[in-house]
Amino acid sequence: MSHSSHSHSHGGHDHGGHDDHDVQSHVRRYLMVFGALIVGTALTVGASYLPIESVALTVAIALFIASIKGFLVAGYFMHLISEKKMIYAILIATAFFVTGLMYLTIWSMQPASAIHL
Amino acid sequence: MEIPYTTEPRKDTGLFNAKLGIWLFLASEVMLFGALFSSYILLRIGAEPGAWPHGLLNVPLGTVNTIVLIVSSITVVMAWASLKMKNFGNFRKYQAVTLVCSLCFLGIKSYEYNDKFSHYEVQLNDGRVVDGHMVEKSADGFTIHGHYVDKAEAAKVTHAWQEHEIKHEEIKIKNSDVKYKENYGPWHNTYMAIYFTLTGLHALHVIGGALVIAFLWGPGASMWKTDPERYTNRIEVSGLFWHFVDLVWIFLFPVLYLL
Repeated sequence: MSHSSHSHSHGGHDHGGHDDHDVQSHVRRYLMVFGALIVGTALTVGASYLPIESVALTVAIALFIASIKGFLVAGYFMHLISEKKMIYAILIATAFFVTGLMYLTIWSMQPASAIHL
Repeated sequence: MEIPYTTEPRKDTGLFNAKLGIWLFLASEVMLFGALFSSYILLRIGAEPGAWPHGLLNVPLGTVNTIVLIVSSITVVMAWASLKMKNFGNFRKYQAVTLVCSLCFLGIKSYEYNDKFSHYEVQLNDGRVVDGHMVEKSADGFTIHGHYVDKAEAAKVTHAWQEHEIKHEEIKIKNSDVKYKENYGPWHNTYMAIYFTLTGLHALHVIGGALVIAFLWGPGASMWKTDPERYTNRIEVSGLFWHFVDLVWIFLFPVLYLL
């Protein structure tokens, strides 16, 4: 949790009033994100009670809302929207391997894939 | 010997070391949970049509647990912000709420686990199957609060809420009429196996995170007096882990409870 856009956060050199003001402005944002997460949870549960025939559509709606909530937590609570390049590099590498893992899982289930030969 | 880069950032990474460390650790955690999620996808897609169970879990309890974790996430970030604003008193209050939330989450999870261990599927000698919760035991039999399973009807249940529309009743069963009975532990079917694996691993993370937060809230807090910047960084690192735990639950909840 840091604000890379502000000099105090990574170096840990706070200098009183100005930093306090910065943090206070972030606190307001945290509270808004908190409200959005609660609303998102209500929407997720509410959507699951809709009489949607298509299971695929139900899954897509639930995962779409979960992704938005995940973005809010990662982006604002974990401050990924304003982080150092090194952290982005770590996460890009992770995303690459996780995507590959998911792709291999789904690919392995295709009837014509090499795994089934 | 002084440990370098506990507060000041390294020039090459732009980060203090603990922060780089926690992000590398979280990357490995993403791979761990990613592998388990891919297992879930494999099991879910590979299941026979109509065979994947719905409505086995308590959605209101899962919703409450989701809200509990979200509340704990905001208190963790507010605790860190309090330290940034040099308000140690508020930090203590926010982290106390975080710890209470973690206990609430684990308490509810334990209740849910217990509920599954008292939930039985009973195959009778006449071919019928009874599904429900064990409410009473006696020397010659037991009572199940549940229903007789109709496979054709069960296959029509595609949403969690539909399962709760099935009428339940008290069914007395004699031991001599039972061919086989098994509770809904991780051994019951692939759904319960992946449910216990994913939520059990997640619960271990909640316990681990809560222990670290409790240490920093209690005995570890003495560092605030001697090295406040380093202490604040420790809170930041433990907070990042806690947010990750919340993030994982955000995906676990709809996948296991609602779909």
